[in-house]
Amino acid sequence: MIYPDEIEKFLERTLLKVQKPARYTGGEINQVVKDWDAVRTHFALIFPDLYDLGMSNLGLAILYDLLNQRPDVLAERAFAPWSDMEAALRQANIPLYSLESKHPLASFDIVGFSLPYETLYTNTLNILDLAGIPLFTAERDERHPLVIAGGHAAFNPEPMHAFIDAFVIGEGEEVVQEIVDAHQSWKASEASRQELLISLSQIWGVYVPSLYEAHYEANGVFSHIEKKLNEAPLPVVKRIVARLPPPTTRLIVPYIDTIHNRIPIEIMRGCTRGCRFCQAGMITRPVRERPVEQIVQAIEEGLRNTGFEEVGLLSLSSSDYTHILELVTTVSQRFAGRNLAISLPSLRIESFSVDLMDALKDSRRSGFTLAPEAATERMREIINKPVSSEQLLETARAIYSRGWHNIKLYFMIGHPSETIQDVQAIVDLCKAVLAEGRKIIGRRAQVTAGVSTFIPKPHTPFQWAACDTMEQIRAKQTLLKQTLRGDGLKLNWNSPEDTMLEAWLSRGDRRMAEVIYQAWKRGARFDAWKDHFRYDLWMEAFSVVGLDPAFYTHRQRPLDETFPWDHISATVRKKFLAEDYLWSMQGKTRIDCRQRCFACGILPTFADLRRENPGDVWQCPEVKSKRIPLSEIAALPADSIPVSN
Amino acid sequence: MLRLRITFAKTSAMRFTGHLDLHRAWERAFRRAGLPLAYSQGYNPHPRLNLAAALPLGFTSQAEIIDAWLEETLPISQAWAALEPALPPGIRLCQIEEVALSLPAIQTQIEAADYLVKLLDELPELTARLETLLNSERLPRRRRDKEYDLRPLILELRHLPPEADGLQQLFMRLVTKEGATGRPDEVVEALGGAADRARVHRLRLILSG
Repeated sequence: MIYPDEIEKFLERTLLKVQKPARYTGGEINQVVKDWDAVRTHFALIFPDLYDLGMSNLGLAILYDLLNQRPDVLAERAFAPWSDMEAALRQANIPLYSLESKHPLASFDIVGFSLPYETLYTNTLNILDLAGIPLFTAERDERHPLVIAGGHAAFNPEPMHAFIDAFVIGEGEEVVQEIVDAHQSWKASEASRQELLISLSQIWGVYVPSLYEAHYEANGVFSHIEKKLNEAPLPVVKRIVARLPPPTTRLIVPYIDTIHNRIPIEIMRGCTRGCRFCQAGMITRPVRERPVEQIVQAIEEGLRNTGFEEVGLLSLSSSDYTHILELVTTVSQRFAGRNLAISLPSLRIESFSVDLMDALKDSRRSGFTLAPEAATERMREIINKPVSSEQLLETARAIYSRGWHNIKLYFMIGHPSETIQDVQAIVDLCKAVLAEGRKIIGRRAQVTAGVSTFIPKPHTPFQWAACDTMEQIRAKQTLLKQTLRGDGLKLNWNSPEDTMLEAWLSRGDRRMAEVIYQAWKRGARFDAWKDHFRYDLWMEAFSVVGLDPAFYTHRQRPLDETFPWDHISATVRKKFLAEDYLWSMQGKTRIDCRQRCFACGILPTFADLRRENPGDVWQCPEVKSKRIPLSEIAALPADSIPVSN
Repeated sequence: MLRLRITFAKTSAMRFTGHLDLHRAWERAFRRAGLPLAYSQGYNPHPRLNLAAALPLGFTSQAEIIDAWLEETLPISQAWAALEPALPPGIRLCQIEEVALSLPAIQTQIEAADYLVKLLDELPELTARLETLLNSERLPRRRRDKEYDLRPLILELRHLPPEADGLQQLFMRLVTKEGATGRPDEVVEALGGAADRARVHRLRLILSG
């Protein structure tokens, strides 16, 4: 076992030779360093990418703060080393270590990975390898740390099932404490590792893949999941907190510039809009809002603790926050004259959003961002984001008139129902927006179009859809590149290969684990980074494992297919999603469910929780009836669920 | 408006924080302290903070200087009491004094800097090497694709007896001006040593007049 002072000596020799050495030193203000021997549980929190990216991950910051508040636990951080540091670590035989105390990750009791998206998988394997922890759960024993993971990608945990001992599905604030408690009991009992995994599986929101087995049909399609242990839960229901706890305000202040170098505050969780392509909106329900005063308090405390010059007020659709005007007014008054930048992204496409940004005295430098996604009425109805072109143009006029020069528009291409005319409409719409800008501020007007490619995600109405082929995507992007250009216009797009990677992994099954392993073995790392992603290595991996990537990406699923992630319940019923999918093909839209509950499945499952937390805490309707088991819900027609409106 | 000149130590916890990041670290320290730091006017306001001379990555220092403008006048003791607990690990307060608003920018006032350099690897015949270097008329070197003469930038260079750690030590006084700055690691290389095997500690900045 390597000791921290050996690692310190290694750093002394090495840090001046690598880029941005402060990534690897720790020592920042608000870090927590405890006496290693004085705590019962040592927990390593890991974001599997560079420090520069991982430090803005709010989930990790929340867990770090919560765990360190316990006197019997210490939590420390680790991130993926860049290639220069990785080479130095491997050459010197130094294992990956935690920033705070320089303890090797392998000496921790629990190692927890944040997995917000799928392109971090090979980095995760690489970190385990650098830490000297066996990659496969089957190879770990009592000497090794418990390896857990959480985040949005965990809602389809199957591709990573072979490497993660236990997944946290949903919100981590409460469940992480229960995992630590279970670990402590287990350690004291000196039972086997298998006993630990079984006890974890009994915690609401924890999925232990090794307690289940996947079965496939003869034609290779997923058939069903089988539990190998009677007590293993099926389905595994996601974890939510009934009320959002106060925001975390004791944030570590990095020494170097990191992405989003600011205080992040979630003003609400969940979303009621029902945009069909959006996984986050579906899996973070129900909507729970934070009170205005709590947010304002958190900003005050956060500023006192960190001195950051920017605050981000975050949610999936901030215009829907009930007290958004009061929040903006209060915040802009309370913090006037303090040179504080307040960013409020995710606003609706309407003039009122411009009023809000104006009230925040938002800097005009960075441009005003809107996300229309589609440019024809037909496509808008399909994705359920019905914002008219006229509304967009009206909003654009307000934006250009009030001092902004650049409007950033996010669009999506690649939906299977899309035609080339729909893509052309994106170009025309951008040019129309620019024309409005020209009328108001002349040649200073700019439009930046960010066009990303649609990927069907699990737990959304589009999980049955096929992804466009690379040829189809290229054809559409060629049109965009050729016509969305000229003075004042800028186009950003992602390479079709990058899209394919996310597409395979999003709807992958257990067999994908071997592909991930083979890709990593061949050198795949930092797949989320354009100049590091090696499409060829992944193709080799698929070939070696004998799987066809098109099976995962371009295959339209029949409505009755069982999905490899069906046993993970985001509590939005599959029947609801299927109905929404059929509606999308008919061009039928669904209004914001704050206005009318569609009984997606959240309320029946969490009826007890809702009853205990009535009123404005949730945006779902109140519950007066008794709890209905999930198994009975699937059989009921949507409008017969007895909830009160 | 109050102009403060703050002398501070940059210790090992912030050795790997570069110049721009140090600037931002100071801004945040002032904000945590709740002191009324002045900001420039215009489209893109930035804090009125001026670091005297950039300290290269990896160096420590016991006497860096930063000038800071505060919107309101307040007693030095109050500024100290607010600022000290708000500093990040790696910055240690040494002195705060009020200076005239009309003084020129501090970067233009710096002339030279003193360094203590420890050699992690023993350099044989150090005394002879020092003599050769000091006797040279010119020391042509190349840095970032630019040729320059190191010799006139070396005002003083002496061999000091080692401390308890037994490492060879050098004292150097080097010209430190915008446009002409001698770097201690360059001197080490000119002596035949390795720049990344030298531990450099800045002892003081020397102002003109």
